[in-house]
Amino acid sequence: MNNKNLPLLMNQSKKGRKAISLPEIGVEKSSLPNSKFLRDNIDLPEVGQLDLIRYFTNLSSMNFSIDTNFYPLGSCTMKYNPKINEQLSSIQGFANAHPNQKDENLQGCLEVMYDLQNELGEITGLPGVSLAPLAGAQGEYAGLLIAREFHKYNGNDHKKIALIPDSAHGTNPASASMAGLEAVTIKTTSEGDIDIDDLKSKVNQDTAVLMLTLPSTLGLFEPNIIEITEIIHDNGGLVYADGANLNALLGITKFGELGIDICHSNLHKTFSTPHGGGGPGAGPVMVTKNLESFLPYPHVKKEKNNYETYTPKNSIGRLNGFLGSFGIVLRAYAYIRSLGSQGLKEISENAIINANYIQEKLKSHYTLTSSRNCMHETVLSAIKQKENGIKALDIAKKLLDEGFHAPTMYFPLIVEEALMIEPTESESKETIDQFIECMIKISELSENNPNEILNAPINLPVERLDEALAARNPVLTWKK
Amino acid sequence: MTSSPYIPSTDNDRKEMIEAIGVKNFEGLLTDIPKNFLFPELKLQDKLSEPELVEYFTELGNKNVASKIKTSFLGGGSYNHYIPSTVKAMIQRGEFLTAYTPYQPEASQGTLQVGFEFQSMIAQLFEMDVCNAGMYDGPTALAEAALMACRIKRNNKIVIHESVSEKLLDVLKSYSKWQDIEIIHADQINISKEEDLACLLVQSPDKNGEIIDVESFSDQIHEKNGLLIQHTYPTSLGLLKPPGSLNVDIATAEGQSLGVPLSFGGPYIGLLTCKNEYIRQLPGRIIGQTVDKNGKISFALTLQTREQHIRRESATSNICTSTQLIGLMVAVYVSTMGPHGIKHIAETCFHRAHYMAKKIDQIEGFNLLSKEFFNEFVIQTDISVSKINSFLLENDIEGGIDISANGKNLIMLAVTELNSPSNIEETLNLLGGLSE
Repeated sequence: MNNKNLPLLMNQSKKGRKAISLPEIGVEKSSLPNSKFLRDNIDLPEVGQLDLIRYFTNLSSMNFSIDTNFYPLGSCTMKYNPKINEQLSSIQGFANAHPNQKDENLQGCLEVMYDLQNELGEITGLPGVSLAPLAGAQGEYAGLLIAREFHKYNGNDHKKIALIPDSAHGTNPASASMAGLEAVTIKTTSEGDIDIDDLKSKVNQDTAVLMLTLPSTLGLFEPNIIEITEIIHDNGGLVYADGANLNALLGITKFGELGIDICHSNLHKTFSTPHGGGGPGAGPVMVTKNLESFLPYPHVKKEKNNYETYTPKNSIGRLNGFLGSFGIVLRAYAYIRSLGSQGLKEISENAIINANYIQEKLKSHYTLTSSRNCMHETVLSAIKQKENGIKALDIAKKLLDEGFHAPTMYFPLIVEEALMIEPTESESKETIDQFIECMIKISELSENNPNEILNAPINLPVERLDEALAARNPVLTWKK
Repeated sequence: MTSSPYIPSTDNDRKEMIEAIGVKNFEGLLTDIPKNFLFPELKLQDKLSEPELVEYFTELGNKNVASKIKTSFLGGGSYNHYIPSTVKAMIQRGEFLTAYTPYQPEASQGTLQVGFEFQSMIAQLFEMDVCNAGMYDGPTALAEAALMACRIKRNNKIVIHESVSEKLLDVLKSYSKWQDIEIIHADQINISKEEDLACLLVQSPDKNGEIIDVESFSDQIHEKNGLLIQHTYPTSLGLLKPPGSLNVDIATAEGQSLGVPLSFGGPYIGLLTCKNEYIRQLPGRIIGQTVDKNGKISFALTLQTREQHIRRESATSNICTSTQLIGLMVAVYVSTMGPHGIKHIAETCFHRAHYMAKKIDQIEGFNLLSKEFFNEFVIQTDISVSKINSFLLENDIEGGIDISANGKNLIMLAVTELNSPSNIEETLNLLGGLSE
């Protein structure tokens, strides 16, 4: 990794340098607008092209990434992002497609969207699919708006409660709050399953929706799923599944068949589109047939041999400027087409085997949350190591030093010193074995030489950061 | 053998792992799933090999007119600007492309420092104090800015100026519908007679490209204790006064014009900037500068107590995955252009647009309606807009947006540095021929 100090562009700037040549204006000039509208100065860096390329290239080498490191970040599904999908997204007919062009001139784009809608409907068993949401959290939000509009349509405006397990991802209650729903927390068992008694005591006629993550955030399949969906339906509520963990279920089971009414899927997780250091992603929302008329607009349909955009009858509205994250949609569709039904099932199969193998090999060194077989990820606890003063955070930093990205730490919140490990199907057994070996070594170090862990990382561009300082005294832009 | 290049495990690897786990077979791992619901039939389209994928998607791409057009005058929130080679080269770097949100800052300094550059450059371009690390797109940035104003002012009345486009308004409605928020149209009220307000939203250049005197609204809304919010087109800031010098409190924009491909409407990036005093109500990710334990300057996600993973239902937004990679494109774009490039692009857009608008106005049956505009203008025509657009398209030119209303034929055209003088002359000739 690059350990050099790379000065910010403003500090590299020298008047008169430039990084691009541009054409002349080339037409007769017109008089400028009223001077009260005109800008007099732009304070931006001036750098040469090579220095600029070298700067950003050197910065890139200060990152861990899938292309360079094993990245077992639980619940994030850091799988390989196939290069072919990048190439396909830059095909001129797609990259230069203007969203304000008429449908008839965009048949290729609309066909991609229509076909992906169908494929995601088939995969989840929920046939009403909108590709509009721009990320998982927006997909969640769309799902909740659909639930609200559905209840309103049926004269059930009073349904304002969202039941959310205490093990849920933070976006669930945040989205519920944006949708004007009151979040009520449902207890989970020590294994992260819904506490049925608690659910029964809190469900009632005001229940709008249960938000459930499946597999749960502990990486376990909810064994009472059928009973749970029945309880909610008996009270006139809808069941929403957070599809963040869909990588465990491709061809294994279908949300729609389990009684789930609404789900979203993160295309940047299960369907391999690159995470980009934190987006862009896409979070399509899938619903049962009878909720289809509530989907966001624009939605894509096929009439005879033409693809058209339209507004569903009871649509929840527009979620963004155009038709969603098309570049991401295209990559995800290419991924599904490159695998087909059998290939997708193998994705989940290998993801599940890899996670269970890690769980089995590490269970005597770390503390397992559950002795059950996991799905695509396993949650370990570092409570044993904590007795020697080594916390989950310290283990994470030591892993970074050893060239492995850290697992997700301290999530789910219900597990003390949680380390959530998701290897995905992308990693070879050799890589996984090296990771296991490293985890065992760290556990041994926690007893023999804890300081070596506490000092980590020492092999990276920077050592541990003063994150409190950043929040106490926010410096968010260049200071000269 | 597996059927996919994306799975490295061999049959033997899987056998060894399943044995080590101690189950008989793969199904032995799935005992929590009710049997009746296990292994449903999956009927997807046939799979394609890599060369077949290239062929298939190339054919699909060819079904879009974008595969063959010479030049385009479409705008309306998404603009056809030149994307420098530097931008294309940098986003292909897997170290940026395939990293996650930088939760482990020691292993993510690349992404974080780029994000800090992005925040700094956008803040400079807007002359605003701070900028977050990016929103999903322009319309969601404006919607969240309005909600932010409601939180800051503890007031639920959002006033919309007529300059704001329908699309922006629609997204705001979807974002506020269930939050007990009132959206008021400025032309239907007298602001001076209202009680306190949360904010006034103004778009400049406006939905039809017209430059609005944003500063003139400042006293009006501030007297009502509300915030002035401007939605803008960042390319125009190379020529026009930035929000920071117009007494604007929060400024947003669609960042697509700064180096991001049209890509049928996304992924783009929303720009959200504000005055310093409001940073704790900002939605989304924010990157801050700090030091490591040796005092070395470094960067980290900061002010995270605003966010959903800490604050849950009381978070300032539900944003998790945002648009970091598009932020990289914008950062490389702005630093490639530099102050002179940003200014030159804006002037080129302005002068070419005005030249074209004046020439169209001289054609019989075409009437320029726009007055003080940046690079997008409205023409009233005798001929139907669909006829004009079809005719231009036969000549591989994308015309404008049809905004006909009240029985008037209205076309909105956007001109950028990618519409060369010869593209413009050719289009003028075609339009001239059409009117004869």
